[in-house]
Amino acid sequence: MATGTEPHLNSGGVRTGTRAAIDAPHLRTDRWWLAPAATAAGLLAFIVYSTLRAFANADYYSAPYVSPFYSPCLAENCKNMPSGPNADLFGSWWAISPAIIILIFPLGFRLTCYYYRKAYYRGFWASPPACAVAEPHKKYTGETRFPLILQNIHRYFFYAAILVAGVLTYDTVLSFRDTDENWGHMGLGTVVFLINIVLIWTYTISCHSCRHIVGGKLKHFSKHPVRYKAWQFVGKLNARHMLLAWASLVSVALADFYVYLLASGVFDDPRFF
Amino acid sequence: MSVVDRQEWDVVVVGAGGAGLRAAIEARERGARTAVICKSLFGKAHTVMAEGGIAAAMANANPHDNWQVHFRDTMRGGKFLNQWRMAELHAQEAPQRVWELETWGALFDRTKEGKISQRNFGGHEYPRLAHVGDRTGLELIRTLQQKIVSLQQEDKKETGDYESRLKVFQECTVTRILKDGSRVSGVFAYERETGRFFVLEAPAVVIATGGIGKSFKVTSNSWEYTGDGHALALLAGAPLLNMEFVQFHPTGMVWPPSVKGILVTESVRGDGGVLRNSEGKRFMFDYVPDVFKEKYAESEEEGDRWYEDPDNNRRPPELLPRDEVARAINAEVKAGRGSPHGGVFLDVSTRMPAEVIRRRLPSMYHQFKELADVDITAEAMEVGPTCHYVMGGIAVDSDSAAARGVPGLFAAGEVAGGMHGSNRLGGNSLSDLLVFGRRAGWHAAEYATGLTGARPPVDDVQVDTAAAEALRPFSAEGPAPGEDDGRPPENPYTLHQELQQTMNDLVGIIRREGEMEQALEKLADLRVRARRAGVEGHRQFNPGWHLALDLRNMLLVSECVARAALERTESRGGHTREDFGAMDRKWRNINLLCRLTDPTGGLAATDPVRGQIELTRETTEPIRADLLALFDKEELVKYLAEEELYE
Amino acid sequence: MSSYKARFKVWRGDVKGGGLKDFEVEVNDGEVVLDIIHRLQATQAPDLAVRWNCKAGKCGSCSAEINGRPRLMCMTRMSVFTPQETVTVTPLRAFPVVRDLVTDVGFNYQKAREVPAFVPPADLGPGEYRMMQEDVDRSQEFRKCIECFLCQDVCHVVRDHEENKPAYAGPRFLMRAAELDMHPLDAAAETGLDRKKTAQDDHGLGYCNITKCCTEVCPEGIRITDNALIPLKERAVDRKYDPLVWLGSKIRRRSAAD
Repeated sequence: MATGTEPHLNSGGVRTGTRAAIDAPHLRTDRWWLAPAATAAGLLAFIVYSTLRAFANADYYSAPYVSPFYSPCLAENCKNMPSGPNADLFGSWWAISPAIIILIFPLGFRLTCYYYRKAYYRGFWASPPACAVAEPHKKYTGETRFPLILQNIHRYFFYAAILVAGVLTYDTVLSFRDTDENWGHMGLGTVVFLINIVLIWTYTISCHSCRHIVGGKLKHFSKHPVRYKAWQFVGKLNARHMLLAWASLVSVALADFYVYLLASGVFDDPRFF
Repeated sequence: MSVVDRQEWDVVVVGAGGAGLRAAIEARERGARTAVICKSLFGKAHTVMAEGGIAAAMANANPHDNWQVHFRDTMRGGKFLNQWRMAELHAQEAPQRVWELETWGALFDRTKEGKISQRNFGGHEYPRLAHVGDRTGLELIRTLQQKIVSLQQEDKKETGDYESRLKVFQECTVTRILKDGSRVSGVFAYERETGRFFVLEAPAVVIATGGIGKSFKVTSNSWEYTGDGHALALLAGAPLLNMEFVQFHPTGMVWPPSVKGILVTESVRGDGGVLRNSEGKRFMFDYVPDVFKEKYAESEEEGDRWYEDPDNNRRPPELLPRDEVARAINAEVKAGRGSPHGGVFLDVSTRMPAEVIRRRLPSMYHQFKELADVDITAEAMEVGPTCHYVMGGIAVDSDSAAARGVPGLFAAGEVAGGMHGSNRLGGNSLSDLLVFGRRAGWHAAEYATGLTGARPPVDDVQVDTAAAEALRPFSAEGPAPGEDDGRPPENPYTLHQELQQTMNDLVGIIRREGEMEQALEKLADLRVRARRAGVEGHRQFNPGWHLALDLRNMLLVSECVARAALERTESRGGHTREDFGAMDRKWRNINLLCRLTDPTGGLAATDPVRGQIELTRETTEPIRADLLALFDKEELVKYLAEEELYE
Repeated sequence: MSSYKARFKVWRGDVKGGGLKDFEVEVNDGEVVLDIIHRLQATQAPDLAVRWNCKAGKCGSCSAEINGRPRLMCMTRMSVFTPQETVTVTPLRAFPVVRDLVTDVGFNYQKAREVPAFVPPADLGPGEYRMMQEDVDRSQEFRKCIECFLCQDVCHVVRDHEENKPAYAGPRFLMRAAELDMHPLDAAAETGLDRKKTAQDDHGLGYCNITKCCTEVCPEGIRITDNALIPLKERAVDRKYDPLVWLGSKIRRRSAAD
């Protein structure tokens, strides 16, 4: 044979002895690396930004806006936010940034999210890097063992994410007050918060666990017409789960960044009324 | 050479389509150890191509439906040439066979009450086709496949071996039925993957190999449809019945060339699609034959109303039986009113919202989008006739599916003849598979387990002969013994293409005496050349070799079709003669039987006049009186010969 | 009708070895990759082994890898390539090769046998089944599967890790488990068979890391990951990881139906 090769000696994967003798780990000719690379870059950018902001413990409140990274704020060292989302549940022993307490929940929700799992398994772990592209790992046990078996607790993070989204909704409502706590205000920040909260909710609701809980677990939709409708609605959102995951990730970072700009005095919130 | 692997089974089923699998399930459930042999992978059989549905008078959609109406439609569709007892059994048992599929896990589309939904189809008086979107055949084959797996799981529990009582030999081809005297003793087969020969010894063999479409150039059939079962039966001494009746499905794709012939399901018309010529005219209204005049709408308005209110309106003529529609399309194209690529227009885009089309005809939408880059929700499809089904086949006993004259040989499905008469109604094929597949499996098991005395022995000489025959293409380099010229071996692919062209052009949808005589000469020539079909390489998965072996079968079957078509001097159903354009009542009760001229010979006969096939005429048994009583006198007059009417 | 000469690389060989072989072959308007393979057979390589059947995307026989992507040869139009492009066709790379483009797909048939079959309800005879369309929709989507095994081929769990084959059924057969679990009349639970548990314990559902390649390659467009695998994972969570549900099932024997 012109380009003949001997069969591989059980080197595993697509080069296992019995499989067609082809040395290349893949024969894809398209730019298959683009999607995982972009995913990895996007996620990395968010991680860097959010880590910096979460540990900064500064510039997260500019009345009436509180950064979604710091809401609810549950330690004594929180800034005073009049009728805002702060409650001193942790007391004074909590010394570092109060953002860390609450960020665990949205972080856990996104970390165990079925979309993000795909994104970082592909983007960071190269497991697999792309379809029909050989992965570099010798062994693979998927989500059968600790720690990845913990991915199964996604639905508890979903419950928590609902609570957090509730608080952020509260924050958004408060953004209709002015700096003197009088209702009837709306600034550019209010718009930023509104967009963010809509995206947060649609992302949260479009979650696969939610889809399961509202109706997916049923065997007979016909006996539960209301839950069937709910399941269909969530299903429609779920089809856009990836889009919503990215959109809400960007919007939450933007909302935080907007508060940062206001709090650090870069500019004043343009007010509509 | 006779060191060939041998195994003993009670029943061997050749073919793993709907009929074969249904037969195997039945035989195994009746206690026979059953082997299934198929050329493709398990679950890939041609049955998956069936789109529309399974005809069964369950009366879910229209309460007036019952088996008598279904029987009547079937007989009308077949122009009364049907083996009436088969049509009766078929109509009676089809509902039970469909319901049984549900207990094996099939999921048909549902009515509002949760019953199996039924759709309209050409030639059926009521909506009758149980369906799953437009992939009913896939559902059928998968359900049967999964039932077989579930039986194997039971066997595993009991015996520790999945395959102790039911085994599928996939990607194997049977080349000969082995016999002990007149009875069946087993089959000779080869494994496609390795080229290894093996023999399954069994007293009963069910042939369920499907059709012959691969002998024609434009066909909806897959490569498997090389008429293997027809040829195996002929070679085993069983006669074939009415082989002139070949159904050309009116709507096959005509463009692009590489997909020419691929089926466009009849449900497109059943659900509201209409046929138009290049002038935009719904031409089918001009082609309603006299026998159907009272049953079909006379105006577009009436036809359109029928979809909503079938009780007070007559159906549109797009839903005439397939032979009528195919001929009409052929005539329109011939008259210069065809579409750019030589078909006519089939349009749903102006009849239904895009959303509905995508939901009801998903695989058609997909097929046109992927293969022809046509969006059927926005523009019309181009369609034309394509060779689809052979009504003729192995002559069998109606009740037991036993082939005539060869004890132990059974046949079911497309390979068996008689059930559909001169033309098959859409949807009747899948029900045929189930009804007669079950009957064949049942009687084969009964025959095999009821044998007294020793099992029929397999003759070593027959095995050696079969092995030598199968190996001939590898030694075809030089001149064959007794031939003096040293011409190089023939390319089997070329021979196949010539055969397809010949059948398509000369024994196609419209037939003429001179052309068929020409076809017989060409077939004789191909037969001589096919003996020198040579192949390169070795026996391991060698498609050239496989084709060389299939050529024998295609040539035998093609000769049957051509000879029978030449003999029948009338037009009826799937047989249209230009020189005898009308149906002739005198032919109503005449069956044509094909037999091998010299069953002992090595298929050497090359004389085009004599050929390998001899034809005999046979008068059919009169239709039972209570069945005739289901029809009006006026209608019977159009079909039955004078003397039949007086009885 | 336009036609051109295309360059093809086709893998030829068997389990003992082999390699990509170069061909130049004519391509006409509207043709698909399978047409070209057939032309090679008829004109240049009569013994080129290829598995195919319906040539209409309905039987799932002609699975191969074209330019490194698992696809059906009959549904890959030549027009997706430029005339200058070299088209590489290899057999499926997750299964043992038999010859040329034909692989041994026995793995899939073995896995098919390991999924417990549909259990008919004991109290219903043929003809008595009543199911609502909305209740069969989900399973019907999965039953569109043509068993081309492209999802089984692309899934890195077995493609890249031969050693996982015994423990992992692959997307196609996990989807089969989901199909039966969502079947409105499947009576497995009444016989003590919990498909949610067996999916996890016997068919290796946990190996799936939902990276969605199965969905990407499915020629039928079945949303395997979103509609079958993830819901099945969620159902397994109900059984195995949800303490509330577990507690609930202890207190009050939940009906198997819901």
